Amino acid sequence: MVPTSYFLVLSAVLFGLGVVAFVFKRNILTIFMSIELMLNAVNLAFVTFSRALGQLQGQVFVFFVIVVAAAEAAVGLGIVILIHRNRGTLNVERVDSLKD
Amino acid sequence: MTAQIAVFLVLAAVAVAGAISLILQRHPIHSALSLITVMVALAGLYLLQGAEFVAAVQIIVYGGAIMVLFVFVIMLLNAGEEERTNMSSMAHYVGVPLGVVFVIEMAYWIGRATLHMNARASGVVSTRDLSNLLFREYVFPFELTSFLILIALLGALVLARREESE
Repeated sequence: MVPTSYFLVLSAVLFGLGVVAFVFKRNILTIFMSIELMLNAVNLAFVTFSRALGQLQGQVFVFFVIVVAAAEAAVGLGIVILIHRNRGTLNVERVDSLKD
Repeated sequence: MTAQIAVFLVLAAVAVAGAISLILQRHPIHSALSLITVMVALAGLYLLQGAEFVAAVQIIVYGGAIMVLFVFVIMLLNAGEEERTNMSSMAHYVGVPLGVVFVIEMAYWIGRATLHMNARASGVVSTRDLSNLLFREYVFPFELTSFLILIALLGALVLARREESE
């Protein structure tokens, strides 16, 4: 049986890579994808703890996280389409009208 | 090394490689495909842990619905390659090592803290138990999620609708 800590380390690595992608990427769509990556890493931790503690609640939470992620993707991509229509770019560095 | 650990290592390597590829690719469609790889690998890891229902939902909802939505929007907006901005040399020489250190530190400390945590010897989780929990104990949160989906649907519709010119 695979030790619990292996899964948690993988989860931490994926979450960290998601944070790094969130900070480094310039395209608003890729930034969205890195949020999904972080949510996936957290889901892995939930499932791992669910197995480690012998309780099913963790998997129920994963289900809710997936539902929320779906809702977030629908609304977020609507916002992305709106930004592209109004400003003609997907680069977050060019969406800076609040600076002025 | 048992077969399970070998399977874990392969799937973990695929997931991490996909995540790194997500960062390195400059074209959004390549990043999206990398993310799909990560999600399929994670579904395999859920199966390895005996969470069959979650693995199936992961493939259907994440790999199927959400990523198709992403790919569809990339296609719709005709998103091209990420333009290289003049990332200042400080961001390049300080930010990248800091990112690497952040990932390693997090993995190290979480691994250290949970080193002696052992999985309870429980067999494969039955989907029946999970659905009993979901539709009995958590039935109100479950119903709330349907409202959430409905509101998200309306919100997406309102946001993406073209304004009527007056």
